[in-house]
Amino acid sequence: MKEKSNFWLVFLFLSPALSAILFFFIIPVVAALLISFTDFDIYSLGDLRRLRFIGFENYLKLFRDELFFKALFNTFYFVLVGGPLSILVSLFAALLLNSKLVKFKKLFRTIYFIPVVTTIVAVAIVWRYLYHPRFGILNYLISFLGINPVDWLGDPVFAMPAIIILAVWKNFGYNMILFIAGLQNIPVELYEAAELDGASNWFKFKSITLPLLAPTTFFTSIITMIGYFQLFAEPYIMTQGGPLNSTLSIVLYMYQEGFRWWNMGYSVSIAFVLFLIILSGTIIQFRYEKRIHY
Amino acid sequence: MIKKIVILITLILFSSCNKKNDVVLSFWAMGVEGENIKKLIPEFEKKFNVRVKVQQIPWTAAHEKLITAYVSETLPDVFQLGNTWVPEFVALNAIEPLDSLCEVKNFDLNDYFSGILESNRINGVLYGIPWYVDTRVLFYRKDIFKKANINEPPKTWNELYEFSKRIKTITRNYAIYFPTNEWVPLIIFSLQNKAQLLKNNYTEPAFTDSEFISAFQFLSRFYNEKLSPSNITDVVNIYQAFEEGYIAMYITGPWNIAEFRNRLSSNSQKLWMTAPLPSPDSIYPGISLAGGASLVINRNSKNKELAFKLIEYLSTPEVQIKFYNLVGSLPSKKSSWSDSIFANDQHLKAFRIQLERTQSMPKLAEWENIVISKIQKYIEEVALNRMSVREACEKLNEETSILLEKRKYLIEIGSL
Repeated sequence: MKEKSNFWLVFLFLSPALSAILFFFIIPVVAALLISFTDFDIYSLGDLRRLRFIGFENYLKLFRDELFFKALFNTFYFVLVGGPLSILVSLFAALLLNSKLVKFKKLFRTIYFIPVVTTIVAVAIVWRYLYHPRFGILNYLISFLGINPVDWLGDPVFAMPAIIILAVWKNFGYNMILFIAGLQNIPVELYEAAELDGASNWFKFKSITLPLLAPTTFFTSIITMIGYFQLFAEPYIMTQGGPLNSTLSIVLYMYQEGFRWWNMGYSVSIAFVLFLIILSGTIIQFRYEKRIHY
Repeated sequence: MIKKIVILITLILFSSCNKKNDVVLSFWAMGVEGENIKKLIPEFEKKFNVRVKVQQIPWTAAHEKLITAYVSETLPDVFQLGNTWVPEFVALNAIEPLDSLCEVKNFDLNDYFSGILESNRINGVLYGIPWYVDTRVLFYRKDIFKKANINEPPKTWNELYEFSKRIKTITRNYAIYFPTNEWVPLIIFSLQNKAQLLKNNYTEPAFTDSEFISAFQFLSRFYNEKLSPSNITDVVNIYQAFEEGYIAMYITGPWNIAEFRNRLSSNSQKLWMTAPLPSPDSIYPGISLAGGASLVINRNSKNKELAFKLIEYLSTPEVQIKFYNLVGSLPSKKSSWSDSIFANDQHLKAFRIQLERTQSMPKLAEWENIVISKIQKYIEEVALNRMSVREACEKLNEETSILLEKRKYLIEIGSL
């Protein structure tokens, strides 16, 4: 009896939060799932009788859609190249800032973190100038190495690398801070003991720093993966998905289909496919995580 | 306590009842137009003893905002609509047919440029009154033309091509700029070449017709022979490129007159001029796009009569000329153009001539999707030489017919 009254009490206190989740999360998601089985578009918006229930047709259409696969490929390209690169750069920066040799640590930490808090729109506009084929500083710098000017954002081959460089530069500061926290959690005694045994710096890094940093690495890699799968703002501002759709990401494609052309049904089905991809990515990483705890 | 609340509520109710007596007309306009039109409204308010609430919407958010307002039934009484958006809002059943209102009010439609008025007619019914007009003409560098021994701007496709080649050999830069992320040049060329674009009440593509293919082939020659840059990023700042002579010709619209005047250095001001578009046949000028914005009335508006009065007021030549002075939008009425301000403007002459030869594009809600996500994509593919024109046209046909499937179905069941 007592337990039951407890249940209602708990429920009462939880209800504001639960109803927020219900109205702003569960209902929209269920509604979206239903919409993905229809051809909801601009015509249906005007007159609901023009809505057709088409079952899995949207999903089947997705698998025949060249552009969707192009977007999928681009997104994986971005995640698989940009993700590890971003983590490596953050780790490297964190190690540098954690080393005893570096002065003005706080200053550098702030400087490296500034891109993270700068609005992407402003950043992207400045980077467009850096990437300019005729006047950009990047081409000026590589001209000293004897490399011909590269049309960074205009060439389908270089556009995605250009986006990756921008994204890594913009985001590494966040993971860097996490890595610094992780590094400071490693007990100093371990390094002292290793030094007594005459371990080299590389050996210390390999056998102490990396293993003990594993939980942080795991966390940052999941966060980075989820974030990078949702690539949107960078190509949206820099290239609009071009040239030749070489920077079209899944989320950008979803946005274009949904809010530009109002093919809501189709757009939502893209969202669900992306959800499944991120879910499976996270499951794989969690499987892997069990092996890395010390 | 309860008494007080009741009194308060009645007070509120009464005060809102009072307000209901004077009519408030809501009006949405976009970008600079929205910002500046407020200055012309007080005169109308005084004349008809009404209040007009003007809301300005940025162009970039306009489409979304209008659709959202439609869904939530908060569209204003009168609003501005880019004339390519009219078919979409007709499909939504959101705007009022204007033929009978025009007839009752004796509103003179003959004073409008026919191509542009036509873009507001869907299945023979008029839905919008052109507010300002916009079409594309050729902007060119007089000095470079002179250097290449060209006395007059090109009048035919052949001349356009020959002149471009001559300019290229002299400047060693590009001759003309057809941005690969712009569908406008291809659509202009194909309309000039009498291509149908879409057939059977716009339910099937006609991109494999010979008229369209040869227009596309004409455009692709400029890319293949490096007469036009084939990468978007070759020209990041069009004004700088024009000033440097990196390009000598550019097909663009009236908004660039003010931009060219502001952004080119004072030395270059005498060096540029505008001309009507060349044509594939002997009829000069060739056809250009019928663009611009229209004023439309919300179908659910309670003040349609008054809303039309606002449109009438904004359409008088005096107001149109004032409006031109404020924002530089070209007046939609021919009679407004007789004002000296237009007659004396050497850059506007080409526009005045071109406006007599415009044609509207296919009028369907999907058109913007077709040109931006399909046609533009294949222009890029052809410009970068990844695909032949014929291949591109076949792909274009294939993808467009998928896109038109719903429209075809709705027309077949008689729902559209």
